[in-house]
Amino acid sequence: MISDDLVQLFQDELRELLDSLDRGLLDLRMNPEDAGLIDQVFRDLHTIKGNGAMFGFAELSAFVHKFETAFDDIRSGRARVTPEVIRLALAARDEIPGLVEGTPDETGRRSGILAALSAVLSTDIPATQPDAAPVDLPPPAEARTEAAQLAFRLTGPAFELGQRPDLLLAELAGLGATDFKADVTGLPCLEMLEPSRCDLAWTCTIPATVTDDDVAEVFMFVDAKWDIVRAPAAEAGSAPVVAAPASPEEVVPVAAAVAAPVVRAVPSRAAPEAEPPKAASSRGGSGATVRVPADRLDALMDAVGELVIVEARLTELARNSRDSALMATAEQITRLAAGLRDATMTMRMVPMRTLVGRFRRLVSEVADKLEKQVSFVVVGEETELDKTLIEKLADPLVHILRNSLDHGIETAAEREKSGKPVEAVVELTAQHAGTEVLVRIRDDGRGMDPEKLRAKAVSQGLIAPDAVLSEQQLFGLIFEPGFSTAATVTELSGRGVGMDVVRRTIEGLRGSIEIDSVFGVGTTVTLRMPLTLAIIEGLLVEVEGERYTLPMTSVQEIVALPADKFTSGRAGDFLDVRGHFVPFLRLRNAFDCGGNPPDAQNVVIVTSGDTRIGVVVDRIIGTNQVVIKQMSKLHVGLRTISGATILGDGSVALILDVPHLVALGRQKGNIPNRSLAA
Amino acid sequence: MNAMVTSLLKDSSEQRLTLVTLSIGAQMLAIPADVLYEVLDPLPTTRVPGAGDFARNVLNVRGSVVPLADLAFAMGLTRAPQSDRRRIMVLDVAIDGEPSTVVIEADEVHEVVSISRADILPVPATMATWPPDYLLGLYNGPQGFVLLPDLGQIFSTLATKSTAMTL
Repeated sequence: MISDDLVQLFQDELRELLDSLDRGLLDLRMNPEDAGLIDQVFRDLHTIKGNGAMFGFAELSAFVHKFETAFDDIRSGRARVTPEVIRLALAARDEIPGLVEGTPDETGRRSGILAALSAVLSTDIPATQPDAAPVDLPPPAEARTEAAQLAFRLTGPAFELGQRPDLLLAELAGLGATDFKADVTGLPCLEMLEPSRCDLAWTCTIPATVTDDDVAEVFMFVDAKWDIVRAPAAEAGSAPVVAAPASPEEVVPVAAAVAAPVVRAVPSRAAPEAEPPKAASSRGGSGATVRVPADRLDALMDAVGELVIVEARLTELARNSRDSALMATAEQITRLAAGLRDATMTMRMVPMRTLVGRFRRLVSEVADKLEKQVSFVVVGEETELDKTLIEKLADPLVHILRNSLDHGIETAAEREKSGKPVEAVVELTAQHAGTEVLVRIRDDGRGMDPEKLRAKAVSQGLIAPDAVLSEQQLFGLIFEPGFSTAATVTELSGRGVGMDVVRRTIEGLRGSIEIDSVFGVGTTVTLRMPLTLAIIEGLLVEVEGERYTLPMTSVQEIVALPADKFTSGRAGDFLDVRGHFVPFLRLRNAFDCGGNPPDAQNVVIVTSGDTRIGVVVDRIIGTNQVVIKQMSKLHVGLRTISGATILGDGSVALILDVPHLVALGRQKGNIPNRSLAA
Repeated sequence: MNAMVTSLLKDSSEQRLTLVTLSIGAQMLAIPADVLYEVLDPLPTTRVPGAGDFARNVLNVRGSVVPLADLAFAMGLTRAPQSDRRRIMVLDVAIDGEPSTVVIEADEVHEVVSISRADILPVPATMATWPPDYLLGLYNGPQGFVLLPDLGQIFSTLATKSTAMTL
C-alpha cells in the first residue's frame, strides 16, 4: 500500500505542477507562439499523468492523457493556441483536483471538456491559418490503415538511470499494443553482462489507430531506439523471440530476466520492489532544496521564540550580577539567538509568486466575464513574505483586484472614447521597504471622483454636508462599512461589503492600507505589511505596575502629558500636537487599572490608517523584541488586545491592538460623555 | 474533551476511571487524570483588562501564555483563604473543539484515585444551583461527595460568553 507520506508528496507536487500549468497556460495566452511555453505545459501534463499513474490514480492518468494528447497537436504544430484553447485547457485543469479526490463526474463535464478541446484543436489546423509556415511542420501523422510492428530497445545505461521497461510496456499495452515479444539476441554471455545496461529488445504489434506521435510520447523521457515497421510481417520474425506471458502476476526481478528473458505487463499501481528506484523526476534542481512540513517550521519558530525570551532574561540577570564572564557569555548568546532568529524567519519566507499564479487566473477570468481586455503585470514576484502572512493576504488581494477590474477599469468603448489604449493594465508590485513589504495594486482605469465620493458619503450620512475633507480622507471613505459608489450591484462587487473587511484584515495583520487615485487616470491601493507575524519590535509601557506592549510600527511619537490635562477637565481629552488636536485615551481608565496617576505621565501617539490618538501611560520602559503569543479562546473576544508576550523576567505583557485602541479613542473624542466601559 | 470525558464515563469496556481529586473551598472535585498536564506552585499572573470574571488573568507556563480559569466562579464555589497548599493545575482541554491549554487554581490538590464506573452517580435533579450541564456526575468519596465537572462544557460555554464582550 502507498504510505501517507508518499501520498502527501504526490499532493504537494501536484499542487506545484498545477500552479506551473496555470502559469504556463496563462503565459501562453499572451505568447501563443512560444514553443518553450508549449513544451512546459506539455511537460507538466506529462508529469501529472506519470505521477497519477504511479500513485494509482488511474482515472486521473487517463484524463490527463487525453488532455496531453490534445496538447500534443499544438506541440507538433498541427494546431495553434487560441484563447478558446486556453479557456478549455484551464477548465480541464480544474477537473484534476476532483479526479484526485475521486469526485464522480455525473454530468459528463469532463468528457465534454475533452471533446470540446479536441474539436477546437482539430478545426484549427494550420491550413486554415495562412500565415503559418507549413514548411516547418512535420508531416501530419498519417493514419495507418493496418496494424504495424513496433521494435524498440533501450540505449545507454538504462537501469542506472532508473528506467523501467515494464512501465514502457504497460504504457504501450495501454495504447492497445499486443503480441509483445522480447528479443534476446542482444544478450551477451554472463561474464560480459553489464547490469546497468538493458540488453533486451522488444517488439509488439500496434493497432492502426496509434500514430507515430503516440509512440513518440511513450518514449519521450527514455533513451531508446524505436522503429515502426509498416508491414507487420517484416523482418521482426528473423530474431529469436520469446513470447511474453500475459499474466501480470508473473513477477520477475531484473536480474532473473537475464536467465529467463520474460516480459511482464505490470499494472501501473504495483509497487516496485526488485527494480531499481525511479530516477529523480524531470523537475531538476531539487538537490538544493528540502521539502519541510510547515508545522515543523512552526515548531522551530516557537522554540526560537522561547530562546529569545530566555535570552532576554539571561541578559537581565547577567547585567544585574555585574559578573563580566557571565555578561560576556550572555552577550554571545544574544548574538547567536539573533542569528538563529533571523535564519528561522528567513526559512518561513515564501515568495509572492505562490500567490500570484492564482491572481493571474482570477484576473483573466474576471476580465473575460466583464468583457474587458486587461493585461495583468506582476513586478517583484520573488519578494518574500512570512508564509502565514501570504496565506492571509490572498483574500484581501483578491478583493482589491476584483474591485479594480469591476469598478476601476472602464469598458473598451469608454476607454476608446477617453483616448486610452483598449487594453487596460493592472499591475501588482511587491517590494521590500525596510522591515515592511509594500504590495501595490495599480490600475489605469477611471479613477475615483472625490466629489462623487463626497456626495455619496453625505447622502449616506457618513459626513456632514459642510465637512472639510482632504482628497486622501475622501478616498479613505471607501473603507467605511457599507460604503459603495457602484451604481449597480454586480455579481462581483459593489455591495459595499468588502473594503472595510479588507482594511480590518490588513490591520489585523499589523499592516496598513492606503488608497490613492487620480480621476480619469487610475487608482493605486498600497498595502504595507510587516515582514513577519512571529516577532515584532515593541514599545513597553507601564500603567499602575502593569506592563503593556505597543507595536513599534504604529508608534509615532512620545510626548509628556501637560500638567493641565492630568485630570479629565472640561476642555476634554484632547492634546495639541503642533497645532493638531489629537484625542487621547487614559489607559488607566480604559483598562480600570485603579490607583492614582503619578506626577509625570507620558502620551504615546499611535496611528492607524490616517487617524492618530494619544495613549496616556505612567511610564515608558523601552523597546523590546516581542515574540507574539496568541490569546486563548477564553480571551479572543477582547478587541483591544491582540496578543501577549513573555518578558525577560518571565511575566506576561499584553500587546495592545492599535486599530481598536484608535477606534476607542476616536469614539471617545467625538462623544466625550460616553462611558468607555462598554 | 467533553466527548472524551463522556465516552470515558459511558464506555463500558473500561471499568475503572483514573481521577485526580482537588478541593475548591470545602468542595471536593475530581478531574480525569489524562487531561491534567501538570501541577505547579502558583505563578505570577497578569491581569487581562476587560476580561470576564471567569478568566481574569493569564500566566506564563513554560513559555506559553495560558489563561487562568476560575473554576470556583464557574461553579459558584467559595474559595478557601490563601494558603501554601494552593496549587495551579495545567489542563489540556478542548474549547469549542479546539485543543487548548488552560490553568485552574485549586485550594488543594489531593491524590490520584481509581474509581469504578459503577460508583459514579448521575447528578440529582435537586441540585438546582448548578448550570445543568456543568457536571458529569458525582461519587461518594471518603470525605463526602466528589463532583465531576464537565470541563469541556464549562470552558466552551464561558469562552462563548467572553467572546460576546465588547471592550
